[in-house]
Amino acid sequence: MASFIQLLVSGLATGAIYALIAVGFTLLWQTSQTINFAQGEFVMLPAFFILAAMNAGAPFWLASLIGIILAVVILGLLFKIVIVDPMLRYGVLPLVISTIALSLFLRESAKDLYSSQAQPFPALVPATDIHFLGAVISTQSLVVLAVAIATIVALHLLLNKTRLGRAMQATAQNPTLALILGVPVRRMVLYTFLINAVLVAIASILVSPIYLAKFSNGETLGTAAFIAAIIGGFNQVRGAILGGVILGVLDNLSAAYLSSQYRGAFPLLILIAIILLRPQGLLGRSAERTV
Amino acid sequence: MNRLGAATVVAAAIFAIGAPFFLKPFGIFLISMWAVQTIAAMGLNLTLGYAGQVSLAQGAFVGIGAYTVAMLTQGGFPFALAFVAAGGLCFVIGWILGYPALRVQHHYLAFVTLAFTTLVFLVLRNEEWLTNGIYGINGVARPAFFGWSTRGALDFYFFSLGTLAALSGATWWMLRSPWGRAFVALRENPIRALSLGLDTRRYTLMAFAIGSSLGGLSGGLYAPLVQFIEPGSFALGMSFNLLLMVIVGGSGYFFGPFIGALIAVLLPEWLRITQGYYLIVYAGLVMAMMAFCPSGILGLIDRTLKLATRSGRTAPVLGPEGIGP
Repeated sequence: MASFIQLLVSGLATGAIYALIAVGFTLLWQTSQTINFAQGEFVMLPAFFILAAMNAGAPFWLASLIGIILAVVILGLLFKIVIVDPMLRYGVLPLVISTIALSLFLRESAKDLYSSQAQPFPALVPATDIHFLGAVISTQSLVVLAVAIATIVALHLLLNKTRLGRAMQATAQNPTLALILGVPVRRMVLYTFLINAVLVAIASILVSPIYLAKFSNGETLGTAAFIAAIIGGFNQVRGAILGGVILGVLDNLSAAYLSSQYRGAFPLLILIAIILLRPQGLLGRSAERTV
Repeated sequence: MNRLGAATVVAAAIFAIGAPFFLKPFGIFLISMWAVQTIAAMGLNLTLGYAGQVSLAQGAFVGIGAYTVAMLTQGGFPFALAFVAAGGLCFVIGWILGYPALRVQHHYLAFVTLAFTTLVFLVLRNEEWLTNGIYGINGVARPAFFGWSTRGALDFYFFSLGTLAALSGATWWMLRSPWGRAFVALRENPIRALSLGLDTRRYTLMAFAIGSSLGGLSGGLYAPLVQFIEPGSFALGMSFNLLLMVIVGGSGYFFGPFIGALIAVLLPEWLRITQGYYLIVYAGLVMAMMAFCPSGILGLIDRTLKLATRSGRTAPVLGPEGIGP
């Protein structure tokens, strides 16, 4: 029981990180039909921005801020203008290929320009343990959970309680109608790219102390985000959250109780099962087919 | 296909036959690798270029084919049988894999095949009793036919080239048969194909399964070419590479994969001056190409020729309309 609680909490923490990444992923899909195959690399990269800033002498908080700002400029603004915008007119497929190439580009750049070795990354809090019902729970997991929940709540408030957020939702649901009603659709689409950049930067800060900052992290994280988004439902923010949490918890539990060798396989089996049985995802609305 | 296209193909074939006599052993290995990878890329082109589906599993199918041939030949079965088994097995697996994915929206095949590639890698790595795990399979023998041994580099190259010629001939014939015209219809106008009564979903599935079996056949040559196979070679990286080959060459163009594979095999050698930065440069080039010319190199040539002729009639070289009626 004690070990179950431990695994559950650390699973929830991992799941919360997956959820952040998956939410950004679905936001891009909803507003601009961008399937970002480089999303995992987007999470890998900000950690290196932060490490570079710290090497230049900045304290951790300042470096994190610089990392987030750089992420917004490079992974949000530049990604939108340089990669996505010229491609949109060609449809979904070339953009998919281009983001696949981008993931390769970012991974190799981090490897060649920074280091191919895994880099230690400072944690938000010192590693201490809390004893609860006989289980040992690391404060780090709890802080990760708290930050992730706070981020999601903030995003939820932004999307549902502000005029800006509702304009963004309108853009996602029906861009033509939104445009007629006076919503600056292009700017709204840009905002979702910026929000995605902030989300991946936060995820990067949360995940890097656990996995270490390594150029190859993106592959696992990106795949996890795709799977989370599909499990929960591609067209729903709360679907992505649910998918991320399910994935994180199942990943930890199956590694402990079933087989650690096939740890990576369980999410994939769930993915195939979901696609077979409920292709719109657990919470997704079945989208009308474009002919 | 018009006269210019035919002349180009004949010249390329003569070049492919003559080239190895002027090359060192490593050069012969490279062009053998080109022939082998072209088969896999040609299969992927059916999926991507004709059915418009992104598959990230072609590397996994190459792996399945390579392991099938390696294990069967080491178990004492003749190469020809193992080779056919590799293609057949991949056809069946492709069908089973594509069936659920193609029932739903278009981008799902990309994710399912991504998951599949990782699963195949895990099985190859973990099931040591079957695949020898991370140690891989060593000493895969090159086949001999009626006294002709392909053990030498040059012999194996001609064997690979001959197989490539036979398979591309078969694919060409298939695309020109009344039945295969459906694939062209899929590419040209899926909605029209649907309204003309074609079961587009079944044809998409068929394209994927045939493409997968070509991947398996390519793996059947890959194993005896490199003679040592291990799970890591068939991870996601290979699937990405094959996908980029098809795109760079020109997806939907019959000869696109030939050019894409040639570039993917030769470019690392040419870009050796850039040292470790090769992949960065390559990825950058692909992104630039997608932004300016998403139809690949053949698409670019096609467009240039059209501009050059300036006549009202378009002059397709080797591309989309080249295979049409």
